[in-house]
Amino acid sequence: MSTPGLRYPSNRKSIYDRHLSRSKGAELSRASFAYLFVEMIGYAQRRVTGIADLEKRLNAQGYPIGLRLLDLLLYRTASSSSSSSSSLSASGPRPTRILPLLQFITTTLWRHLFGRPADALERSAASAQEYMVTDNEPLVNSYVSVPREMSSLNCAAFVAGIIEGVCDGAGFATQEVTAHWAGGQAEGTGGGGEGGAAAENMWPGRTIFLIRFKEEVVEREDMLEKAGR
Amino acid sequence: MYDFPLPCPYSRVVFALLVINKAGGLIYNREFHPGLTKLSSNDLLILAGTFHGVHAITRNINPAGAPQVPGGNNPNLPPNPMSYQPTGIEVLESSNFRLQCFQTVTGTKFLLLTEPQQPNVDTTMRRIYELYSDFVMKNPFYTVEMPIRCEKFDRSLDGFVKIKS
Repeated sequence: MSTPGLRYPSNRKSIYDRHLSRSKGAELSRASFAYLFVEMIGYAQRRVTGIADLEKRLNAQGYPIGLRLLDLLLYRTASSSSSSSSSLSASGPRPTRILPLLQFITTTLWRHLFGRPADALERSAASAQEYMVTDNEPLVNSYVSVPREMSSLNCAAFVAGIIEGVCDGAGFATQEVTAHWAGGQAEGTGGGGEGGAAAENMWPGRTIFLIRFKEEVVEREDMLEKAGR
Repeated sequence: MYDFPLPCPYSRVVFALLVINKAGGLIYNREFHPGLTKLSSNDLLILAGTFHGVHAITRNINPAGAPQVPGGNNPNLPPNPMSYQPTGIEVLESSNFRLQCFQTVTGTKFLLLTEPQQPNVDTTMRRIYELYSDFVMKNPFYTVEMPIRCEKFDRSLDGFVKIKS
């Protein structure tokens, strides 16, 4: 009991003893997450070479979470409607097209992580490979004030990593998923949405997650589209 | 009734907030409403340091024979930060302003400069402490005991203090 490692709560039940479908009472305190996130950023900042490097590390911290969440959430959606499904597989249907995958991310994943759906989902006008998910006030950033000399840093890169993990795990390889401040968004990435300036004043922390799929994903999507599936 | 030197049309105003760290250094200074003569940053540092020293001394002025810290001498109990501790100066008043001091259990001091008649300073102080623990202590880019430069803290203070008064 005194050995370091996994610590057991008083009822001797660790997270591994819980039923996978059980989601009640799994909410965490916002403050404890905030303090954990402080330490995660402190950890990622060690021996870091620049802002891009720091964002990459935060992304890498989120990636494995995304991989696992995909399976967990699919399993849960299946077991909640298990009476109607006749298939033997325990898992729900995996998204096989881009749109269902993105809807899965903005609704199911967002609800699980943040308790509400994402605020917008758009397709980039500039490129067929790019999609944008908008969150007006990312939960991970709620207590974060980025110092002026690092103003381009967006700590929601951690969430971008989670998204990347979900996409990759579902078989939609991505070039990268990045988090950007809505205000500093480059003009080239496409239509920044309706009434950008007004929304920025209201939501100073508005963040856009730019998902850039690999070419073969878009090619496959086109083929499936032509085949009418 | 004598002529009361009201510097501005508001009757109840929070003038400024100062935060002093454990070592007596000024780590935050913000003026919400004009009304007090502006002190130079050097004077503010001296004020913070002096207040810190006086506060430390006043903590040691206790009635003779009063128990030091009840239960504090019991070696079987772990030190409890919430147990009774003598406080130092809590309020300092002049004819033009009132300075309320609040010290956290970790030794950080919040000084709020208000009008003498300002009501509910305790509640205001409590809320400011909450904002501090949210937007300063939970900010990954803040180093404890160092000067506070947190945009969200500034913004939330504005939203709270300015709207309230």
